[in-house]
Amino acid sequence: MRNRARIMIPLVAAGLLATACTGGGSTPTPPASQPQSQGAAAPANPDQLPRAETLYTTGTQWGPPANYNPIREWDSAVGTKGLVYETLFHYDTTAAKLTPWLAESGSWTDDSTYQVKLRQGVKWSDGQPLTAKDVVFSFELGKMETIPYHNLWTWLKSVEAVDDQTVKFTFSKANYQQWDFNLYSRSIVPEHIWKGRSEKEVLDGVNENPVGTGAYKFISKDQDRVVLQRRDDWWGKTALNMEPKPRYIVDIATPSNEVALAMLMQKNLDLSNNFLPGVANLVKGNFGLTTYYTEPPYHLSANTAWLVPNNTKKPMDDPAFRKALASSIDVGKIVESVYGNLVKASSPTGLLPQWEQFVDQNVVSKSGFTFDAANAKKLLADAGYKDTDGDGFVENKDGSKMSLTLIVPSGWTDWMESARSIAASAKTAGIQITPDFPDFNALVEKRAKGDYDLLINNERQLSNSPYTYYEYMFQLPIQKQQNTVNFARYENKQAWELVQQLDQVKTDDIEGMKKIISQLQQIHLDDMPVIPLWYNGLWAQSSTSVWKNWPAAAGSAPKTGAVMWRNWLELGGFESLTQLQPSGS
Amino acid sequence: MRRYFGRKLLIYGLTFFVAVTVNWMIPRFMPGDPVASMVARANVTRPEAVAAMQAYYNNLFGFDQPLWQQYLNFWAALFRGDFGLSIWLFPTPVADVITAAVPYTLGLIIPSVLLSWVVGNWFGAYAARRKLLDNTVLPIGYVLTATPYMWLAVLLAWGLGVLAGLFPVAGGYSFSLRPNWSWDFFLDLLHHWTLPFLSLFLVALGGWAIGMRNMIIYELESDYSTYLAALGAPARLIRRYAFRNAVLPQVTGLALQLGVIVAGALVTEIVFAYPGLGSLILNAIKNKDFFLLQGTFLFIVLGVLIANFIIDIVYVVVDPRTRAGMAGANA
Repeated sequence: MRNRARIMIPLVAAGLLATACTGGGSTPTPPASQPQSQGAAAPANPDQLPRAETLYTTGTQWGPPANYNPIREWDSAVGTKGLVYETLFHYDTTAAKLTPWLAESGSWTDDSTYQVKLRQGVKWSDGQPLTAKDVVFSFELGKMETIPYHNLWTWLKSVEAVDDQTVKFTFSKANYQQWDFNLYSRSIVPEHIWKGRSEKEVLDGVNENPVGTGAYKFISKDQDRVVLQRRDDWWGKTALNMEPKPRYIVDIATPSNEVALAMLMQKNLDLSNNFLPGVANLVKGNFGLTTYYTEPPYHLSANTAWLVPNNTKKPMDDPAFRKALASSIDVGKIVESVYGNLVKASSPTGLLPQWEQFVDQNVVSKSGFTFDAANAKKLLADAGYKDTDGDGFVENKDGSKMSLTLIVPSGWTDWMESARSIAASAKTAGIQITPDFPDFNALVEKRAKGDYDLLINNERQLSNSPYTYYEYMFQLPIQKQQNTVNFARYENKQAWELVQQLDQVKTDDIEGMKKIISQLQQIHLDDMPVIPLWYNGLWAQSSTSVWKNWPAAAGSAPKTGAVMWRNWLELGGFESLTQLQPSGS
Repeated sequence: MRRYFGRKLLIYGLTFFVAVTVNWMIPRFMPGDPVASMVARANVTRPEAVAAMQAYYNNLFGFDQPLWQQYLNFWAALFRGDFGLSIWLFPTPVADVITAAVPYTLGLIIPSVLLSWVVGNWFGAYAARRKLLDNTVLPIGYVLTATPYMWLAVLLAWGLGVLAGLFPVAGGYSFSLRPNWSWDFFLDLLHHWTLPFLSLFLVALGGWAIGMRNMIIYELESDYSTYLAALGAPARLIRRYAFRNAVLPQVTGLALQLGVIVAGALVTEIVFAYPGLGSLILNAIKNKDFFLLQGTFLFIVLGVLIANFIIDIVYVVVDPRTRAGMAGANA
């Protein structure tokens, strides 16, 4: 019935109005959607959500919600993982440590055995208790070949439930760094509901009525939104002494950033995780909008944008050329003129500010690069690249013309501008680069096949360890298709060896990590397989009209990110929700 | 009569076949591989896992078969009413995605097309040869009809939505509401519907008003009007005859304009974040979602063809000459 109502309503509405007004100019009065009485207990399934108890968010979902399947970490409806399903741990990006979540504690009992103690009294939303069996089941789903974390089972030997609250993981090869990542990334699903699902159902199922342990449940969805309602019997209320403040969360799929901006201005939106270019003016003006910093770069950093040269093509196969290219790019100008200071220029290592402790300053001061057109020219000349035909651009070593193409996806306006800026500053050093804007899918295909000269990429996000960045740079062997890592097709066995060693350093052994990372930095800066450009922000614009105490750098405000993006709720996004306060109070 | 409709139906059938075939071909000629980008979004690190997923999805969508086989499968599935699964909104069936969006699109297009046509014709006819009105309607009409849909939409959204705060700028109904059969909800729907409707309505209105005004002036100057006037018929009567004759080309115009209006509606929906087919098509193209593209285009092709067919029937009713012609052909 509800479904039919949804389909019929716009039709009936249109028909009625068509007969009611002939001029077409009549303006129906807006409904009274203004503050409702707050004291009254909220009905279980309200038709109208009280504004003061509802959080409106956008910036994650671009179309109708497609599924509620936590295994599909990349396209499930907003909040599927993080609000409805939960993980064993969360990761605190400021303190750089795991926070026990469904797990009460976890520790290595010996070098290849990890033991997790679960919390008492955690219940699924259908009332069943969470047990060690659910955890075993969830991790064993990875044995299916098409499950995204299938590779875990190449180094995980077995998962056993010791008793109802204890799970023992035994490893054939203990990859400590990756393991921590898995601990806060993998959703725990209920065995009593998921048992017997085929591989197809697990990977492709819509999972229409998700049963999770999380603080929220879905109560409705439509083309352009999902609505979540808080579960007041959530275990974390007592166990963690935490409660997310909004009773309802409505996540809106906006088709463009402009719409999100307009809604923010109308105060119909509380949190926008969109990239809004002019936000600096809005924050400074009196519009009731806040961002994490009140000055540049305004946002926390979320990932690094890299210039990726194709290491298998001439002249990008020459480290000397790549280093000259790196010094020829005026990133400061991009930060200022393209982004209006919404991003931050990257360190030569490309490691995010959150990983600053791992940057070896000795290595950087010795081998790092800075923008210096004169130096870029000198490096080119020293390496044997000369302008033989006098057109202002250097030629290849064999005298043939050098003309490189830098590709970024069409429609990504900030990147398109950046590509033009890179081409312009490379020109002063004498390198000819032409920006080109293919369709995103075409770009993905070229990138995978290694059929390009230069491209920009930022697909690696902040995580628990720089390991993920070095894996991105150095992973071997090079396949016919490089889909997610090492797009540059850079081959260095020693570097990949070191990355694997890093993986086997315990995550609390910071000194041990630093030692290997310093060597990796040296290789990176000597060979420059990929060139770090700038840090993209954790775009978060929030309105203070209904909710306050948004995360901010200043004062006692929370230091977590205000973010609904997938896989970020475990990185502090959820904690931010618990710190909100109603503006009215 | 039967021959007339037989011929029409044959033409429509052919058009349908060609249009659907073209719709099937276009996405497949676009660069890039939908499965590759779908798997790329999954952010799987291990190359082996990627290969496994790619093989699995290629098989699921039938991309591992030769093209001619895919084409035949497509028609076979179509006749079973199976539009396939959306790649972008995987694993939602395309039919579900479209069913949820179509009411909004129809709810916008049908009233704006019909109302703008009726009001435009009436107004154009009324304004013709009335100096004061003519001097105002003509320029305004020209400006309106030359306005791109989305531009007017952006102006309305900014002016009446953001600055004046009278109307919402996004969504099919308030984000604080859940669908239900209440008066509040109904008003809210209308409230969200008004701006997108207005931008479609106003642009089309200008065109029809100008067309009608010109036709009426032409008809009023034709021999039969002069003759009627000489006979001493009242001006009202003459105008009524002129109107009847002038409306015929407008009916043809409506049939010709339908496609343009549908295209305009899709863009308008995107501007207002209205949950119709518009943003679906945009995203289907961006994500190379073959099946969603096929489905939405099929729906549009069908819609435009059906509307044209209805206009054909209307033509038979309003223009006695068509009937006379058919009778002559039968005789």
